[in-house]
Amino acid sequence: MDVFYNLFLSLYENTGINLTIIYDAYDRGRFIDGVYSTIWLSLSCLFFSLIIGLVGAWLQGSKFSFTKRIVQIYIQLFRNTPPLVQMYFFFFGVGALLPVVEGEFGIPEPMISAFSWAVISLAFFAGAFNVEIFRSGIEAVPKATIEAAEALGYSRTQAYIYIVLPLAFRVCLPSLTNNMVNLVKTTTLAYAIAVPELLYVSNQIWSDNSNVPEMMIVLLLVYFVLVGILVWGMSSWEKKLKLPGYGV
Amino acid sequence: MNKITKETNNWTEDQPIVAINNVHKYFGELEVLKGISMNIMKGEVICIIGPSGSGKSTLIRCINALNDINSGSICVQGQEVHSDHLDKLELRKKVGMVFQQYNLFPHKTALENVMMAPVQVLKQDPKVVRERALRLIKKVRLEGREDSYPGELSGGQQQRVAIARSLAMEPDIILFDEVTAALDPETVKEVLVTIKELAEDGMTCILVTHEMGFAKEVADHIYFTDKGVIVESGSPSEFFDNAKDPRTKEFLSQIL
Repeated sequence: MDVFYNLFLSLYENTGINLTIIYDAYDRGRFIDGVYSTIWLSLSCLFFSLIIGLVGAWLQGSKFSFTKRIVQIYIQLFRNTPPLVQMYFFFFGVGALLPVVEGEFGIPEPMISAFSWAVISLAFFAGAFNVEIFRSGIEAVPKATIEAAEALGYSRTQAYIYIVLPLAFRVCLPSLTNNMVNLVKTTTLAYAIAVPELLYVSNQIWSDNSNVPEMMIVLLLVYFVLVGILVWGMSSWEKKLKLPGYGV
Repeated sequence: MNKITKETNNWTEDQPIVAINNVHKYFGELEVLKGISMNIMKGEVICIIGPSGSGKSTLIRCINALNDINSGSICVQGQEVHSDHLDKLELRKKVGMVFQQYNLFPHKTALENVMMAPVQVLKQDPKVVRERALRLIKKVRLEGREDSYPGELSGGQQQRVAIARSLAMEPDIILFDEVTAALDPETVKEVLVTIKELAEDGMTCILVTHEMGFAKEVADHIYFTDKGVIVESGSPSEFFDNAKDPRTKEFLSQIL
C-alpha cells in the first residue's frame, strides 16, 4: 500500500498534481468519511422520501377530502420552494425553536443534528415529488383489474397490496429513478448547514492544500460513479420486473 | 334489513339460488334498470341478451355487489346482497365473475393468477390450492401454459385462465359478462366449449351474451332486456321460435 501512496506523492513532486486524499492519511480519512456521509445521507433520504411518497399517495387516494387537501398543500409547499431555502428553514428556523440538550461531554448541543435536519428537509423535498410519481403509477392501473380482484373477494386494502402496488411500481419506476438521481445530487446542499458530506470535506481539503482543480475533478468523478451505480441498479431492477408481453 | 337477513338464512335448494325482485338502478339521472325481476334455480344456465345499453351488464354486476341498486332486492342463496350487513367476502366466495376484458393480473403467471385469491383471500394452504389450480388449468385445456404470463397468451387463452381463476374459489354461481365479445370468432368457440362443460357439470351460470347459437344450445332460460326492462323471457325454443314482442322480433331479425 505504501508503494501506492508514494506513487501519488511522487506524482505531486514531479507534476504538481496534488491528490492529498490518497497519500495523506489525514485527508484520506476525512475524504472517506465524507463519502460515507454522502452515501448514508443519500440512503436515509431515499428511504424516508419513499415512505413519504407511499403514504402521501395513499392519503391522496383516500375518500376523505381533508387528507387530500393536506397532501396537496404539502406537495405545493415543497415543490414550489427551493430545497436550499427549505433546509435553512428547518435548520435555522425550526431548529432554533427547539431546546438545546446536553451532549455526551456535557457540552450543550442542538436536539436535532445538522445531519438529521438535512435528512428531514431533503426527504420532504423529494417525497413531494414521489407522491406525484406514485399517484401517477396507481392511476395507471386499470380500474377493471381492481374490480376483478374485488370480484374474487379481495378487500380494498388487499387489492392495493397484492395487485395495485406491484403494477403501479412498475409504471413509476423510470420517473422514480429520475427523482432518486436528483435526490442524491441534491444531498450536496447539506454543505450549507455544515454536514461533513463529500462536498463539505472536499472544500476543507482544497482550502488546506490549494488543490482546487484536482479536488473538483475528484468530486465530479465520485458523484458520477455514485449516481452511476444507483442508475445501474435501478435499471437492472426495471428489467427484472419487466413483464413478458405486457406494455408496462 | 337485518330482519330479512335473519329470516332467509335457512335457504334450501328448492328455492331460487338467485332471486331478483323489482330492482331499480340509476346512474345519476339515468334509470338503467326499471324494475327487473327474475328467479334462477341452482344448476340453471341463464342467458341475458339484448341490445347495447339495455342494462344487461349492470344487472349481473349487481348480483355480486360490484354495483349497488337503488331499490328492490337481490338475494343470493337467501342472503340479501344489498344490505348494510352484507358480508362481501362471503358473497364473492359464492359468486364468481368472468369479464369481457379477462382482467387477469398481468404481473402473475397463469398458474399464479388461478392460485392467488384462494391463497391470499381465503388463506388456504398453497399446496392444496396448487393441486386444484393445476387441475383447473387442465380442465380449461391450458396444460403447459401454467408459467406463461397473461401477456404471452392469446385472448381466448387468457379468458380460459380467467374462468379457471374464478373456479378456483369454488363458487356456486358464475357470472359471465360478455366474455366472448373481445375475442375473434375462432377463439370464441374454445371459450364457449369451456363454459358449456361447466354448465354440464351443474354449475349455475348467468351469462350476458351476444352468442345466439350458444344461448339456443346451452341456456335453460333466456331473458331479453331492452332499455332496462325484461321484454320477454322463456326457454330457448319459446324465445327463438315464438317471440311475441315486436322488439324481440326486431332484435332477432337483425341478429340471426
